[in-house]
Amino acid sequence: MWPLVSQMNPDASTVAAGAPIEVDLTPIAEGQDIKVFWRGKPIYISHRTKKQIEEARKVPVSSLPDPQSDEQRVKPGHDQWLVVVGICTHLGCIPIAHEGAYDGFFCPCHGSVYDTSGRIRQGPAPTNLPVPPYTFVSDTKIQIG
Amino acid sequence: MSGPSDFQPTNPALKWIERRLPIMGLMHSSFVAYPTPRNLNYWWTFGAILSFMLGVQILTGVILAMHYTPHADMAFKSVELIVRDVNYGWLLRNIHASGASMFFFAVYIHMFRGLYYGSYKEPREVLWILGVIIYLLMMATGFMGYVLPWGQMSFWGATVITNLFSAVPYFGESIVTLLWGGYAVGNPTLNRFFSLHYLLPFVIAGVVVLHIWALHVAGQNNPAGVEPKTEKDTVPFTPYATMKDMFGVSCFLLFFAWFIFYMPNYLGDAENYIPANPAVTPAHIVPEWYYLPFYAILRSIPNKLAGVVAMFGAIIILAFLPWLDTAKTRSSKYRPLAKQFFWMFVVVCIGLGYLGAQPPEGIYVIVGRILTFLYFAYFLILLPLLARIEKPRPVPNSIADDVLAKTGGKPAPMVSTVIALMVAGGLLLGGAESARAAEGSTKPPAQKWSFSGPFGKFDRGAMQRGLKVYKEVCASCHGLSFVAFRNLAEPGGPGYSVAQAQAFASEYKVKDGPNDQGEMFERPGRPADYFPSPFPNEQAARAANGGAFPPDLSLITKARSYGRGFPMFLIDFFTQYQEQGPDYVTALLQGYEDKPPAGVNLPEGSYYNTYFPGHAIKMPKPLNDGQVTYDDGSPATVAQYAKDVTHFLMWAAEPHMEARKQLGLQVFVFLILLTVLLYFTKKKVWANAH
Repeated sequence: MWPLVSQMNPDASTVAAGAPIEVDLTPIAEGQDIKVFWRGKPIYISHRTKKQIEEARKVPVSSLPDPQSDEQRVKPGHDQWLVVVGICTHLGCIPIAHEGAYDGFFCPCHGSVYDTSGRIRQGPAPTNLPVPPYTFVSDTKIQIG
Repeated sequence: MSGPSDFQPTNPALKWIERRLPIMGLMHSSFVAYPTPRNLNYWWTFGAILSFMLGVQILTGVILAMHYTPHADMAFKSVELIVRDVNYGWLLRNIHASGASMFFFAVYIHMFRGLYYGSYKEPREVLWILGVIIYLLMMATGFMGYVLPWGQMSFWGATVITNLFSAVPYFGESIVTLLWGGYAVGNPTLNRFFSLHYLLPFVIAGVVVLHIWALHVAGQNNPAGVEPKTEKDTVPFTPYATMKDMFGVSCFLLFFAWFIFYMPNYLGDAENYIPANPAVTPAHIVPEWYYLPFYAILRSIPNKLAGVVAMFGAIIILAFLPWLDTAKTRSSKYRPLAKQFFWMFVVVCIGLGYLGAQPPEGIYVIVGRILTFLYFAYFLILLPLLARIEKPRPVPNSIADDVLAKTGGKPAPMVSTVIALMVAGGLLLGGAESARAAEGSTKPPAQKWSFSGPFGKFDRGAMQRGLKVYKEVCASCHGLSFVAFRNLAEPGGPGYSVAQAQAFASEYKVKDGPNDQGEMFERPGRPADYFPSPFPNEQAARAANGGAFPPDLSLITKARSYGRGFPMFLIDFFTQYQEQGPDYVTALLQGYEDKPPAGVNLPEGSYYNTYFPGHAIKMPKPLNDGQVTYDDGSPATVAQYAKDVTHFLMWAAEPHMEARKQLGLQVFVFLILLTVLLYFTKKKVWANAH
């Protein structure tokens, strides 16, 4: 019985293709963001401006639908870098960066709005945009996965 | 299926078989001698129509599967090749694609009929539940079938629907990964959907057999809702019901053929003519019309898990209907209150369908919540309550009494209800339309096209000029990758000879190889080659065009559309207006303004276009007066260029359009004659019964 179910899971080649990737951050200017694909998912890497970071930290955490502080969502010492999976936690559409009322992300499908920390602020999505597992290999390079 | 039959074949060979396998007796007792209530109206023919549709879908589906490639990189192209290259492939695909909509259209009528006449009540509970199971299977099959062409709506529909399962607490994510076979919707997903889409119709066929078995055990319900008592109450299935069903199917085929031959894209979404792109979400993800009411329920509820539960609950609740409605009287004909509430419920369902197509904001959300409440209230509050407080009118003693009381009655309500239902169905589509309309762009003016309408034909001159415009202007950035040079010489095309097409092809350099040295080389094009694309891949195209991707033009006139709004889309159904795409493309090519209106800030590298959604287009004004020289004396103006190139691109998007409309005419003449003949045959047969 188990083999009949298990065969449906990602196969060995898919798992292998999902190995960690390295991304060089030097070309991303302040206020810009790039989209890279990892495991078939778009990952947004934003180089946030001072203003965006302030906006993200100013809001009282307890007032959020999915309470999480901005500090919990970035790596210490790399406050300007936000790395999130660009898949709306509602039903999986790709939110558009730099849109919506909170200068973060806006999902065009069902109208969820995320802030500059990728946290859900408005709309049907239940949780914040997830932060993928990543580490800083150097100051200008991260490894996702 | 209703016990042993006394059928005895006379032929000795058949006798020999019958003694060993009484299959003819089974068929005879089920479909010939089987007693059917004599007062059934035409709403009862939808059972036969549905069996017929299942057969049509299985037959065309099996054939399409012989030509289809279930791979993420090739699925979209293989569907296009079916439509363009397989003999009558366009016909098979149109039948299968609009057949799905027709199937749901018929099943909704069948279900509402059951609801109105109380066909779910004792002793037909199991029959009804089997029906609900068939409906669920149909929804799964329809959804997976819609994914197979691997267009944008296929891909994003699959993403949204599979993500519904992520709402399951704790196991959600693992379930979704299991469904996908990857970390996102991708090739493994497409493959398993194809496998299941092929399997499920046969499961449906199996459950249909059980459904009919249960029907033949309990016997058919009827408009009076009283059980047959004497022989006077029934007529044998053949010829009475058979003839009536054949006439019903024939009428339905007329409706069906209108879509197949004249409105093949009326029920579809233009977005699905754009190949799937995991990096771009369409602005509005709208499911096919038959899922819209449930989609509206899903979106009305602000909590994700609760929304998913409500959506599935809205379907599952149907299975409990026999125990929610405990009224003794079956038919709503004799239930004055239930009758009114039934029609209100129909309106609620249509309203939900309309809202399912609207953007989830403002007033739509509020109305959606009210209608969702009313939907559930009908089943959970109203029906149980009515059973207690309603005073039904007396039902007739027998079916024969019902028929006698009604002889000379008018069949008009049926006709008016059909019209009402069609208008309502149109409203659903209109919802989908207006969702697209709300994008802040000007509607392009409707143009006169020689290819519009039931007798439309392409204008050869316009197509030849349009090809010249494409070649000299558009081709520097836009590909035309589904069109081969040989197509230029095919019937219904721009009217070139084979030699001309060959000469045209040889002007192009085509990459071929590897040769014996293992190297790629360039050679002159051949008729079998496709128009070469200007860029090797999307990234190169974007890099050369300031980040924008010039779309391939093969399908552009089908992949672009605009909302027609109420009531135009309804009128469009009757006038066969299908030219939103060409109207938009022509308007766009002429819609450039040198200076944007005051107060509009264009991003760098963008140009202002009146008709482009959002107005900021990356393509600079492509056409200028006098840019292309015409040999036939047509005016060398932007307006003429735009019309000609659109004309050519319409042919490129549907090279067999002329064949489709011609065959449509023949089919219609045949079907109308058949329907008339069947009507009189049916009348003659039934003359004995009245």
